[in-house]
Amino acid sequence: MHRQLNNTDQPASVASLAGSTASQASVEIKGVCKSYGEEWEQQDVIKDLTLDILPGKLTVVVGPSGCGKSTLVNLIAGFERPDRGEILLNGRRVTGPSKDRMVVFQETALIPWQTTYQNVVFGPKLRGDIKGKALYQRAHELLTKVGLQDFMDKYPLQLSGGMQRRAELARALINQPQIMIMDEPFRGLDAMSRGLMQEFFLRLFEENRHTNLYVTSEIEEAIFLADRLVVLSNRPAQLRTVIDIDLPRPRHYQVLSSPEAFEYKRAAMEILHQEAMRSFRPSATGRLPGRP
Amino acid sequence: MVSVSEVSRPIGIARSRRSFLRRTLGRQEFWRGCVAIVVFLILWEIGSRSGEWFGYTLPYVGLLPPPSDVAVAWSKVLMKWGYWESWYQSFKRVLTGFIAAQIIGIPFGLMLAVNKYFRDIFFPPFEVLRPIPPLAWVPASLIFWPTNEMSIAFVTFLGAFFTIVINVLGGARTIDVRYLRAVQSMGASQWDLFWRIILPGTLPSIFTGAAVGMGITWEVVVAAEMISGGGTQGGGGLGFFIWNSYMGGSLPQIVVGMISIGIAGYLSSTVIRMIGRSAMPWRKLF
Repeated sequence: MHRQLNNTDQPASVASLAGSTASQASVEIKGVCKSYGEEWEQQDVIKDLTLDILPGKLTVVVGPSGCGKSTLVNLIAGFERPDRGEILLNGRRVTGPSKDRMVVFQETALIPWQTTYQNVVFGPKLRGDIKGKALYQRAHELLTKVGLQDFMDKYPLQLSGGMQRRAELARALINQPQIMIMDEPFRGLDAMSRGLMQEFFLRLFEENRHTNLYVTSEIEEAIFLADRLVVLSNRPAQLRTVIDIDLPRPRHYQVLSSPEAFEYKRAAMEILHQEAMRSFRPSATGRLPGRP
Repeated sequence: MVSVSEVSRPIGIARSRRSFLRRTLGRQEFWRGCVAIVVFLILWEIGSRSGEWFGYTLPYVGLLPPPSDVAVAWSKVLMKWGYWESWYQSFKRVLTGFIAAQIIGIPFGLMLAVNKYFRDIFFPPFEVLRPIPPLAWVPASLIFWPTNEMSIAFVTFLGAFFTIVINVLGGARTIDVRYLRAVQSMGASQWDLFWRIILPGTLPSIFTGAAVGMGITWEVVVAAEMISGGGTQGGGGLGFFIWNSYMGGSLPQIVVGMISIGIAGYLSSTVIRMIGRSAMPWRKLF
């Protein structure tokens, strides 16, 4: 089945669907620390992390695998609380999960016992903020946008990997979040679908310019997508550097073969490589570093 | 331009349009199963009649009544009211115990899963009682309950209860935390989490528990009927039917009773599977 995803004669853009005021949201992460484990053998996962997520920008966080990226996502989403420091959304302290901060999870977290449509309308239906025909229309528009209008009544397991990710994007967007948090969303896809999904996601972003935090462990993906590239250290995660990626938008995949992109990649790789090498050294307690 | 080419996996939807009977008869698996049963019966017949036919009685198998004798005995009891009464009695006991176990076991298991304090208090005694075989409860329950009938129902209940609770608890505890987090972000209350995520997410385990529990209730009911004597001739149930045949020295009738229980158990688990399939349409796709 072939479907044009960025239909130019599509009247309703996602930007208009999701509301334009939301794109001004910013997140400040101030001196956040997080550790796990019992008191006598605490493992620091995030140590004194300070970072601004700028409004209307696509901030991409890269770091060696197991460095605490997912923990950072959980903290911003409000699933967990920082031990020290604070996270502010538009100046207001984050205290728990909310529809302001929607997460698109690793693999996918579509609810298996609900059809694509039921998954997408789950949030609005729960809160009752959009109802009846308007809800159906909005869901249908979004599903058309992601090319799934013919798969509304399918269960997630009947969809291919790429379709599941797009359904999940639609499910997050319908809640009109202030910031979208993407936690390695396209991990587990084959290289082909992955490339297509990256381009698709980029089209969506370039259309509506929502504040976006995208977490990945792949440097090429990061440079291709990012306005700002945040490089984290090995665990415990600390800020290593922030690189402004000044590549033209709208971006196409060819941009990765430009000399500028190559230079960004070289710079980021150098830091990441140092960090990745550090993770091969046994930690101070003699245990091998593992995933959080 | 991004064009995405993807095909949804074809899943047996066209197949369900054909009738169940034609679907079954058209399948090789079905005929393989039939052949296996026929071959098994022939070997059994030859084995049992070895003394009669070849002058040498095979060990063990030679002592069994041949399937043809069983069929004759069966056709005789089919006409008798008492045989069907036994079916009715056993089914009644199994269903009473089983349904009671579901009604108490599912909420109990869910409570154990979602509430830490409840788990801290009730899980240890539960784990101590769980390893006690249901049949070890028979003497105590004969003393404790006023009627035989109630003791049998209680023991049957125990047989299913522990399996159901363990399955529900395990199922609810292994629900992916990402589902809970995703809907929490959307503003779900504890109530929504329970009814929309935890309960449907536990359904597969509930049905696994039901299928296993149903098997155990049949094992237990038959043994309990044998031990307790099951009352009068008619009201004894299939377990007592077998015991009675043994006391009466009717070997073929023992086998009739055994196969009847096999069929009864098979019918019960088929019904559970059917209910499970219609309750969990998304699971057909696995």
